[in-house]
Amino acid sequence: MEIKRRDFLKVAAAGGLIAASSATPVLAREPKGRLKEAVGLLYDSTVCTGCKACVSACKQYNDMPQSSSTPQDPLWDNPLDTDSKTYNIIKLYKNGTGEVKDREKDGHAYIKRQCMHCVDPACMSACPVSALQKDPKSGVVSYDKGACIGCRYCQVACPFNIPKFEFEKAFPRIQKCQLCSHRLARNEIAACAEFCPTGATVFGKVEDLLAEAKRRLAYKPGEYRKYPVARVDGKETTERLVTPYVQKVYGERDGGGTQTLYLAGVSFEKLGLPVLDEESDARRTETIQHTLYKGMIAPIVFLGGLIYVVHRNTKDHK
Amino acid sequence: MSEESKPIGGEILTKPFKVLMGFALFAGLLVLIRFVLGIGAVANLSDGFPWGIWIAYDVVAGTAIACGGYSMALLVYVLNKGEYHPLVRPALLASVFGYTLAAISIFIDIGRYWQAYNMFTPWYSNVNSVMLEVAVCIGSYVGVLWIEFSPAFFEGMEKYKSNMPKFLQNINVSGIHKLVKKYLFFFIALGILLPTMHQSSLGTLMVIAGKKLSPLWQTRFLPLLFLISAITMGYAIVVFEAIYASVGFKHAPETNLLSKITGLMPWLIGIYLVIRMVDIVARGVIGLAFRFDLNSLMFWIEIASFVVALAFVLPKANRTVPRKMFLGAVFMLLAGTIYRFDAFFISFNPGNNWSYFPSFGEIMITLGMIAFEIMAYLYIVKKFPVLPAPEHA
Amino acid sequence: MKNKDFKTFSTLVGGVSRRDFLKYCTIMASSMGLPLGAGAQIAEAAVNPKRPPVIWLSAQECTGCTESLLRATHPTLEHLILDLISLDYHETLSTPSGHQAEEARAASIKENKGKFILVVDGSIPVKDNGIYCKIAGRPVVDILKETAKDAFAIIAIGSCSSWGGVPSADPNPTGASPVHKVLADAGIKTPVVSIPGCPPNPYNFLSTVLYFVTFKKLPELDSKARPMFAYGRLIHENCERRPHFDAGRFATEFGDDNHRKGFCLYKLGCKGPETFNNCPSLLFGDTGAGTWPVGCGHPCFGCSEAGVGFHKPLFTKASLHLVTPPDTYPHTSEQQGRGAGIVNVAVAAAAAGAAYAAVKKVAGKLGEDEKK
Repeated sequence: MEIKRRDFLKVAAAGGLIAASSATPVLAREPKGRLKEAVGLLYDSTVCTGCKACVSACKQYNDMPQSSSTPQDPLWDNPLDTDSKTYNIIKLYKNGTGEVKDREKDGHAYIKRQCMHCVDPACMSACPVSALQKDPKSGVVSYDKGACIGCRYCQVACPFNIPKFEFEKAFPRIQKCQLCSHRLARNEIAACAEFCPTGATVFGKVEDLLAEAKRRLAYKPGEYRKYPVARVDGKETTERLVTPYVQKVYGERDGGGTQTLYLAGVSFEKLGLPVLDEESDARRTETIQHTLYKGMIAPIVFLGGLIYVVHRNTKDHK
Repeated sequence: MSEESKPIGGEILTKPFKVLMGFALFAGLLVLIRFVLGIGAVANLSDGFPWGIWIAYDVVAGTAIACGGYSMALLVYVLNKGEYHPLVRPALLASVFGYTLAAISIFIDIGRYWQAYNMFTPWYSNVNSVMLEVAVCIGSYVGVLWIEFSPAFFEGMEKYKSNMPKFLQNINVSGIHKLVKKYLFFFIALGILLPTMHQSSLGTLMVIAGKKLSPLWQTRFLPLLFLISAITMGYAIVVFEAIYASVGFKHAPETNLLSKITGLMPWLIGIYLVIRMVDIVARGVIGLAFRFDLNSLMFWIEIASFVVALAFVLPKANRTVPRKMFLGAVFMLLAGTIYRFDAFFISFNPGNNWSYFPSFGEIMITLGMIAFEIMAYLYIVKKFPVLPAPEHA
Repeated sequence: MKNKDFKTFSTLVGGVSRRDFLKYCTIMASSMGLPLGAGAQIAEAAVNPKRPPVIWLSAQECTGCTESLLRATHPTLEHLILDLISLDYHETLSTPSGHQAEEARAASIKENKGKFILVVDGSIPVKDNGIYCKIAGRPVVDILKETAKDAFAIIAIGSCSSWGGVPSADPNPTGASPVHKVLADAGIKTPVVSIPGCPPNPYNFLSTVLYFVTFKKLPELDSKARPMFAYGRLIHENCERRPHFDAGRFATEFGDDNHRKGFCLYKLGCKGPETFNNCPSLLFGDTGAGTWPVGCGHPCFGCSEAGVGFHKPLFTKASLHLVTPPDTYPHTSEQQGRGAGIVNVAVAAAAAGAAYAAVKKVAGKLGEDEKK
């Protein structure tokens, strides 16, 4: 064999850096914290009655067209999921006879799906052209079609499958909930929260929402409690008989934390929400990337070495 | 070094060439439909599976298969094994077309292609994005490859004028040829750096998919595994191509050189398999491989392909037999491709019951790409000094 | 029904035309969701001289149920119903009073043992041996138990007798209990039909009675012993203001703009979403077109629903989740995306096959070379 072990190890050294970055979490990027002024939604599945007022309000105030999942009978707006025409949807968990609300067996429960406005959004980390941005104040994750190249990496990255793409169009774009930014700008709140009759979806500062969620978890089932409606800090409230909760605020830490928080009476997994680590996928990826490419130092040094070696070796050939 | 390569000549419009042309033209029609009616009109891509075979084959596997130029450059220019030089040009040729077509595929696949230049504008660039790195690296590498390969063109235009179409015959390229030759070492160095970066980053791409990717594939070692397998596939394609060409153009293969290159593969496959299996066992997810579902099935098919490739190239005796080297290379290419398919869409599960299988249109466009690649290869090797001149021993 | 039979009947009830009578019976049939022919059957049964005897007991009640029944204003209805059944005892309507009345009751029970229908309005106080409601010196709970034993069936009319009603509101000082509970506790198995409401629509009661008279059995009942034809659906489901609810348009204060526009009253505490009744289609009582609480701009009070009327505060929002949702909702996990079809799988297989053939051909050639 002319290719000796020593030579081989030389090649292996090139990959060594990558191996090192993969194996050493010491260089991990700092996890991102919640923004102080961040706003979001608290959706309480036990309060939701599945009236879909939020779905129609969302369509109305975002000027979204009808989306039909029954092409042979396209009379109704009946999407199966959030899609390029639907930012917000109420989905149903149903088991067996489905007779009792918020029960896993032979019960049913509703779940509202929309953008979670992650604390450390995977879509934003993934987007090569910064088309997805997190507002430095409100923390709303917004989309800029002027930047987007349509690579759909955000769709691959998002653990909640929220960015949706207009596959049916020649000149497509990504569509996603932007927490009614245009309404926030006029001091209004997200349409889904404003038009929720029961207070299942409330809008507010994330820290208030989190406090409200924790408060609700401490309520005893069977007692009457005041639940805020529309705004978590607003005047309108509703008296409500407390039903049992799963003792967890989904989104508090899941996937690095989200600005949309969930409470529910059945397990979040059953409601179709992904089980996520506390470390965001964005952080995991950026840790690898930044270890390798911090300031492009490693690649430039590597290139310098290569230029030297190649130059020497090509001379030899001549 | 110009004595090493020669155009092989012969007729261009052979029967197989015409068949390939049919495929390429049909794919071109489908691409036209895609641009007029949208991606959904030809592809089965969906919001759950935003990436399908166009990304997994044309780009990810395609560029890995096109790693011949990179792998050979590593061998020839870094390890200073000049003896392999005759194999560099054919390897580069495959790389040039592999990468160029991958870039074209990306253009077909991305939705807002008219804004693709945003990737290269500093105010839009997101340095946190793996995609940015991959795109910029592949983009620049395509340019680098053409420069690396350009001496073959220049030589062709200088020495084999009669071969050239009329409009090329009167152009004098000697000035630029000299210039390229002078600074070629820089591009060769870049041509090693860039694939090292993006072939590993193609693996990093899927790290952010997190839980959507089965734990059998989702690991921090994705970049390393992608890099090792890409280099191995690079050697495999060199072996594959050389032997295939020798059979196709009826000349004796460079068995000597090829057996030495094949000798590298057991090392690489071995290291790859050790990292792959140790990682899976260490993370405690080996149980997933025994669930008898699609993921575990694909996992074992993938591992088995690597093992079969290893079995072909490991015994020293096999490495003198072109047939066994050829099959070893085929299995290595298959294994690397399956690994990439698995990691990009087969083991990808966006949750809540999404499904994907490439559509007729997607498959035909991919086949058209491959057909076009082969056509271009045939044309170039017949007209330009690429393939090694037969060994007159 | 023969004309001759009807003539006898007509004189009996006093001047109702045959046409009007048949019309009435058909309306009854349709309100119960019975086929058209049932109207004629009902008419036939109604003129049958053998009218079923009815004993009407009143406990802790306000006579509202009786009043609303009397105000049923379809042509000469009170005549009809008073003559359709043989009302042998009713404390408000009886001509006799005192001992005479009690004797009539005793006689009727004896004579029609196991055949008469017992109607009860008002809740039954059971605390302190039922001393809070006495008739002729006896606690009504005792009278009920004694009478119920011999009845063919019992109709509990009004929310009080159906589930407790007003008297059972907290702190329920008299131990007011519904009829079915008192009887179940005493081990009396006579079937009980509940017609809750405060007061209930008289036609729900009349329809139940006519059904019984016609078919000699009780109509289909739900789990709370209410006739399905009247209590099978939530008020919310058929409410005329429902589109406003679905569109998220709500009145938030009495007299505000949205209230004037006739928007949904849910946020004012409307209990329609948790109350089973047919008010939206039959309206409330027999007071005329469009007049029922929600129609007048007042939120439904939930009078007929146990645990809602007189129990839930007026402006507390209803809980809307009593019913099992329809399958028109998208489920948490929906089959989506385009998967394998015959054509694309075949093409993929063909491509794989072609690749295999090419590799095999080359390997074969190489094999031949080896042999040389």
